Amino acid sequence: MALFELKSEDVHQIAQLYRLGITEDEIEQFRGQLAQILESFQILNNVDTETIYPTEHSGNVSNIMREDEPKSPLDKEDILSNAPLKENDFFRVKAVLE
Amino acid sequence: MSQDIHNLTIHEIRDLISNRKVSSVEVTDALISRAKSVESRIKSFVSITSELAIKQAELADKSIANGTDSVLTGIPLQLKDNLCTKGVHTTCCSRMLEDFVPPYNATIVERLYKNGAVVLGKGNMDEFAMGSSTENSAFFPTHNPWDLDRVPGGSSGGPAAAVAAREAIYSIGSDTGGSIRQPASLCGIVGLKPTYGLVSRYGLIAFASSLDQIGPMTLDVRDCAIVLNAIAGYDEKDSTSIERRTLDYTQALSTDIKGLRIGVPKEYYNKGIDPKVSQVLRTALDKFSELGAIVEEMSLPHTEYALAVYYILAPSEASSNLARYDGVKYGLSESNADSMWEAMEKTKQQGFGPEVKRRIMLGTYALSSGYYDAYYLKAQKVRTIIREEFREAFEKYDALITPTSPTTAFKIGEKIENPAHMYSSDICTIPANIAGIPALSLPCGFANDLPVGMQIMAKPLAEDTLLNLAYSYENATDWNNKRPKL
Repeated sequence: MALFELKSEDVHQIAQLYRLGITEDEIEQFRGQLAQILESFQILNNVDTETIYPTEHSGNVSNIMREDEPKSPLDKEDILSNAPLKENDFFRVKAVLE
Repeated sequence: MSQDIHNLTIHEIRDLISNRKVSSVEVTDALISRAKSVESRIKSFVSITSELAIKQAELADKSIANGTDSVLTGIPLQLKDNLCTKGVHTTCCSRMLEDFVPPYNATIVERLYKNGAVVLGKGNMDEFAMGSSTENSAFFPTHNPWDLDRVPGGSSGGPAAAVAAREAIYSIGSDTGGSIRQPASLCGIVGLKPTYGLVSRYGLIAFASSLDQIGPMTLDVRDCAIVLNAIAGYDEKDSTSIERRTLDYTQALSTDIKGLRIGVPKEYYNKGIDPKVSQVLRTALDKFSELGAIVEEMSLPHTEYALAVYYILAPSEASSNLARYDGVKYGLSESNADSMWEAMEKTKQQGFGPEVKRRIMLGTYALSSGYYDAYYLKAQKVRTIIREEFREAFEKYDALITPTSPTTAFKIGEKIENPAHMYSSDICTIPANIAGIPALSLPCGFANDLPVGMQIMAKPLAEDTLLNLAYSYENATDWNNKRPKL
């Protein structure tokens, strides 16, 4: 079972990649759980996929074309109705560049 | 009379409405009273929209009076809370969306409204549809109407419990790895995951886009066909939507299944399946033979890889889909932070529950540089093999029959501490999502005094075959008439 190991730094780094705030307790909890789940994925190494193409989705639909006709979008006020912070017709965010 | 309305099916109520024996307002009142009397024990609703429902029922009665009604007009339902409803809270049972009021309706909601539907409220679910027990709801767990100490399954646990407890005549759920079929099985009702692309997902809050489908949860097979008629169809707003000729699925409700070939994949009856569940299934398969179908054991050797494929693909896609919850456009926003990045981290930390975080972490890892080929790409390739295996099986068989869930309903709290254990609840249902094929769960008996569901799978767009087989079985047995005592 302990073939697969994750270090606390690994867990921290994954959270950092996603910009997901995470506590020390969560890091410790996830470390064991994720390792156990990742370990169970190793079963896929038993399947020979050398010549197999990946499936991206299970439908058979691709490249849908239509005329580029303008249509009225949602109302501006409706779109902004759930905004945590807004200013005039804009979403307001904290400074992106320092 | 009016006390018993909640026990009726869509088609039974439809007959009463057509014959002017009852009005939509009366039906809706009856369901609201029913919910009042049992909801404190079941907890299937996260919001009850009584005022809206009565208003819709009054409109429905008008359209019935002037003859512009359809078969679903005036019949009350519950919608899973990941389906966007304009002006009505849609939370995905997450703190992240606790206050979210969508500015538009999902296509399926529009379609139901055009049919005169009456919405009683929104159904409880695992947060962002991630879970198999509805215990991951950020608000409260839902209780199985057959045993209140047990889970209803998940993630569509609210919608399943609502139908089983007769708090709604039918429900609409979503299914990414079994989230319609497994709760349907655990609650003793009918649940259908249609072919990928048959029902538009526009306005369904995305979980794993290559797997998500919306479908009906009903008391019997005829109701399932009726609801499918209303919700299936092309939608230019969903780029995976299939264009196809319009079918009347009620035409498939024949009791003639003579000569239909049913495959019984032996991998679904092996380890991890409660022997009592297997036994119930064996008895059900004998019934199909009696009815004239050709039942044969066969093998789908790559079944054992489906769980790993799913738990790589679904969290990967989820980590991408859920990146939108950054606290800027809508949803929870933690502004008590020094920088934009810190605000984003805090928003996600407080908005997402443990299972959602776990899957985001898993998906981020599987997609990250250096691991992509080993996990995500590998899983997509094994997915191809599993799809191909089903395609070949359907050259020989019209349908495959398996248990829906490896066990009957488990106790609340029994699996929640062990994610890997919880994930195995989906071993029988996941392959149909991976392959994009339609699959239906149907009550087929009891084990441990709890309902057992049978899963019927068919090739893409063969919903009519599923309904034909399910209807014949239902007609020859009595399971769908059993009700929990509440």
